[in-house]
Amino acid sequence: MSEVANTIFSPELAARFDHLVTIYPMRRSALVPMLLYAQDEVGYVSDAVVTEIAQRIGLLELDVRNVLSYYSMLRTKPAGKYNVQVCTNISCMLRGGYEILDHCKAKLGIGHKEVTKDGVFSLEEVECIGACCWAPAMQVNYDFHDNLTTIKVDEIIETYRAGQGKDVK
Amino acid sequence: MPTLVSHPDEVKVISRRFGQGAANIDKYIELDGYKAVQQAIAEGPEWIINTMKASGLRGRGGAGFPTGLKWSFVPKQSEKPKYVLVNGDESEPGTCKDHVIFREDPHAVIEGTMIAGLAIGSKLGFIYLRGEYRYLLKIVEKAVADAYARGFLGKNIFGTGVDFDIITQSGAGAYEVGEESALMESLEGKRGVPRIKPPFPAVVGLYGGPTVINNAETIANAPHILLMGGEAYAKLGTERNGGTRLFGISGHVERPGVYELPMGYSLRKAIYEVAGGIKDGKKLKAVVPGGASCPVLTADEIDVGLDFDQMAKAGTMLGSGGIVVLDDTVSIVEFALRTIAFYQHESCGWCIPCREGTDWIKKTLTRVYQGGGNKKDVDNVQYLAENMMGRTFCPLGDAAAMPTLGFVKKFRKEFEDYIEGHKAGTPIITVQQLVGAGH
Repeated sequence: MSEVANTIFSPELAARFDHLVTIYPMRRSALVPMLLYAQDEVGYVSDAVVTEIAQRIGLLELDVRNVLSYYSMLRTKPAGKYNVQVCTNISCMLRGGYEILDHCKAKLGIGHKEVTKDGVFSLEEVECIGACCWAPAMQVNYDFHDNLTTIKVDEIIETYRAGQGKDVK
Repeated sequence: MPTLVSHPDEVKVISRRFGQGAANIDKYIELDGYKAVQQAIAEGPEWIINTMKASGLRGRGGAGFPTGLKWSFVPKQSEKPKYVLVNGDESEPGTCKDHVIFREDPHAVIEGTMIAGLAIGSKLGFIYLRGEYRYLLKIVEKAVADAYARGFLGKNIFGTGVDFDIITQSGAGAYEVGEESALMESLEGKRGVPRIKPPFPAVVGLYGGPTVINNAETIANAPHILLMGGEAYAKLGTERNGGTRLFGISGHVERPGVYELPMGYSLRKAIYEVAGGIKDGKKLKAVVPGGASCPVLTADEIDVGLDFDQMAKAGTMLGSGGIVVLDDTVSIVEFALRTIAFYQHESCGWCIPCREGTDWIKKTLTRVYQGGGNKKDVDNVQYLAENMMGRTFCPLGDAAAMPTLGFVKKFRKEFEDYIEGHKAGTPIITVQQLVGAGH
């Protein structure tokens, strides 16, 4: 049993966190993955997440926020159920990354770091996602989609809209 | 994803198991998996390090430091525990080779980590993957769990009395964390900013203990090298550049992909033969030869061998092996802006020359790109970049300055023509996403 009462996480995630803080030579090493996994479940790193993770690791909330603000994948506001991240870095740019981004903006009716009104999609322009040889590429949550065309993007978005895409968990 | 490609000129060492389902432990064992580590246990640390030294393997993360030598720097006696840290934070634009390794051959990374651990006398290794590679992390986590289940990891591995553990770790999005000391900070649960050196990680690293940090490709090479012998591996490459290497060829080529080529292989052949030449029959304009931080080569500078020394002689770098090919429709002004926008976004802000320099270069190039530049801007950009070089804790400042200098020196006329063209009333190209991500 954890010394911290679980208030916001699922029992599975709480158990995972209980284990995570024990495996490292230093508890604090669990911080970055914990923030990421908490975000996957809650949707973003809320104040409650910060408080509980700080307690679980034995850190000040300030320490947690200091780390939280550094990493680009961590967010303090909710994203859509499906977070569409389009890469426009050099390899993707050369093969139409900006066209893909523009297409997503038009299709979803939102801009960078915005969420659709129904909360289903959010959109982000991101730096290199390590799919350079299969460019242009995007990620929806943690699912890679590569060799994109605007037609392929439409199909992918419709798949998610129909609830057939993989969720974060 | 990723789509595997191949070409007859490839020499498959590290990619030998790609496409064969080697993420499955049984398949991996069938393909000589976990033989090298057992041999390493039997032969001992000195044999491992000597074999690695003989192989001429140089770090595949970009710096090209000899791996055997790096391992030999770790003190034999240490009061603090020693660690192995595998850098899988692959974030250099143009680079996606580790992506393929983690997906196709995760056990090679695990076995390599164990070998490095044996070489330096460590009992704990970390495999750190960038946060975006979550699906790959799951593959690696599964591979680690399978290895534990077989008794290959944990206490008394292979019944030899040796203990070794591996922890898989996820990042959360920061290019800077690819730098070794920033990686250690991140793994310790802090902001991923660089540490001052010396002391070097081999002496004072993770948790203050001696630490070997290697790129995932470097580590994954170790089992192959032990199996084939250091000299045999060295012979595949050129003098002082042993073996083969994974090259990711992307951009305007017909067949982009990750190919394993011998060190010293011709860059021209890599582009025109291996990757099928320039897409849609267009003309080559420029090549960024080893990831975004490497100075650009023009179309007539590509008769150069792909190894650390020949690339240095050509005024650029082999870097992480990410070859980005540009056809003649690309505006270098736009490409340079997109490149610096990345470094500006990813600068951790720790050192002023990098934080301010990348920002000012981006601002200046943005104005130029929008049509409001003047010729002095090219000099200003060069001045800013020159003053970043060598003035930061970590190489990110250099990594931003070097390509910038390459662009303005080799394509100065294009910058000047661009500026003049707009002054003369040429219509400004409309680009909605002017300055890259994160705004």
